[in-house]
Amino acid sequence: MSTADAPRLAARSLSAGYPGRTVIEGLDMEFAPGRITMIIGANASGKSTLLHTLARLRAPLAGRVELDGADVAGMPRRSFARSVGLLPQHPSAPDGITVAELVSRGRHPHRGVFQRWGAADSRIVDDAMARTGVEALADRPVGDLSGGQRQRVWIAMALAQSPRILLLDEPTTFLDLSHQLEVLDLLRDLNRTEGTTVVVVLHELNLAARYADDLVVLHEGRVIAHGAPADVLTADVVSTAFALDALVMPDPLTGTPLIVPVPGGAHTPAEEN
Amino acid sequence: MTGVEIVRARVRRRHLWVGVGAAVAVIVAVTLSLSIGDYPLTLTQVGQALWGHGSAVENYIVLQVRAPRTLMAVLAGAALGMAGAVLQGLLRNPLASPDLLGISGGSGLAAVFAMLVLGVTGPLLTLWAFVGGIAVAALLLAAGRAATAGGYRLILAGIGVAFLASAATNYLMVTTQVEKAQTALLWLVGSLSSTPWWQVVTLAVVVVLSLPLLVASARWLPLHQMGTPSATALGVPPRLVQPLVVSAAVLLTASTAAFIGPVSFVALCAPAIARALLRHGAIGIGTSALVGAAILAGADLVAQFGLPGMQVPVGVVTGAFGAVFLLWLLATSKGRHL
Repeated sequence: MSTADAPRLAARSLSAGYPGRTVIEGLDMEFAPGRITMIIGANASGKSTLLHTLARLRAPLAGRVELDGADVAGMPRRSFARSVGLLPQHPSAPDGITVAELVSRGRHPHRGVFQRWGAADSRIVDDAMARTGVEALADRPVGDLSGGQRQRVWIAMALAQSPRILLLDEPTTFLDLSHQLEVLDLLRDLNRTEGTTVVVVLHELNLAARYADDLVVLHEGRVIAHGAPADVLTADVVSTAFALDALVMPDPLTGTPLIVPVPGGAHTPAEEN
Repeated sequence: MTGVEIVRARVRRRHLWVGVGAAVAVIVAVTLSLSIGDYPLTLTQVGQALWGHGSAVENYIVLQVRAPRTLMAVLAGAALGMAGAVLQGLLRNPLASPDLLGISGGSGLAAVFAMLVLGVTGPLLTLWAFVGGIAVAALLLAAGRAATAGGYRLILAGIGVAFLASAATNYLMVTTQVEKAQTALLWLVGSLSSTPWWQVVTLAVVVVLSLPLLVASARWLPLHQMGTPSATALGVPPRLVQPLVVSAAVLLTASTAAFIGPVSFVALCAPAIARALLRHGAIGIGTSALVGAAILAGADLVAQFGLPGMQVPVGVVTGAFGAVFLLWLLATSKGRHL
């Protein structure tokens, strides 16, 4: 599939947050179709709020989210769900559900009220399980799996939704380093082969720098930098966004920026992560 | 067959066998309930009487006494089973049921108030019970709207409402004449004796009316179980799920309570048994209906013939059975659900 057919997701003068507390204010940006955009920022910088608003989990306080120029607020929910998928931070698997059934639930937006499960649905679910390497676990209860396996199952469910844009909220939290890389490799592979637009909120700076085509740095609800990691991640930006003195050098293996915190370089007491 | 089809075929087979098993249990209970009693009948006699071909006495006993009572048990059990299943799916909590949420208690309070204070009797009483259940549900929905942390606040609010209703009901009971209180008490425990046909037909109509709500629940609840963010991202309208499911549950519970009283524990037990049999994280609305019907029809048999020489209200049996079941559920759930 060509990268051109992913729809264009954009925020226009977007303000978001909770009634009485604006987290994101007047945000204007486009998420380049067919690319991997990673949103980084300190805790409470508005990353998750932005992602949730893009996914229509909460309505904007002002402005709008657009898909190919159309306000998503007016779109039927299921047709939006056919274009945009979301992997939230803490999805919960019903007790006893098997991997294959959980992944199957991703087909919901593609099935009408009285439409029966078809061979195409099976093929897409099997394909999603194969891509994420969980096909051998198809009949295992999700609750019995390890954290890394479970995360791949949830990604498989999002893939079964066949979205052209996939939003992920900290998909690597609670995973060890090798499983973090595994998840990010999977996302990159998906992006390269299918042209799926991938938008990820990520905590791990160095991994974001390594895997992102575009980085969005949020600070107090505003975008303070947006572009290729090498252009965006400067010592100044890191200092502003994360209240951290750090050395930024080229990663010896990939050439992408590598952030090395200066010992004792946190400006404020470090927050819990 | 591919991976997902093998798993789906296995799930379908399990649903089918569990459904057949539960249906057989219902049929056995119905058959027994039509044939045994002070005037025992053979299956042939029951069959003839059902078509009006028996003797006058047999026709009367089967068609006017036993059949409406049995059908009421089946319908009410099914309604309570489905109400419990959708509520437990909505709140992701196996303790959620219309009795614990105060919906049955609200029906009971309204009916007892109408009975004792306003002197209402007959069909109008059912309307009061229905309005009482709706009122509690409206209260809960208002409380639930403020809740962002999911089901727990709704359950806690429901438990509070249930206690309040129980206190008010008790106040009405102790401040009234003993004879009148006796009648109200019998209704409050839940009884199927002397069920007229019009009640059976009315409940059947209510169950049919709630079917569209149940179909929508069956479609959305499996996604809702994965958490509101995932469900919303898959196209489930987040603001509609709760009112829709609660309306279905209230419609079924309040109209059941209106006719046979707030029978306890069926709505709690039936879905738990259905889910344990189905496994695979199913909501099991249909299976819960069959299991609920089997439980209530079976409990009514025990209520009529379990104690030699005396009949007890069916609510006493379901209460005793349900309490033991609840303790067993707590003891064996390994803290996973609760």
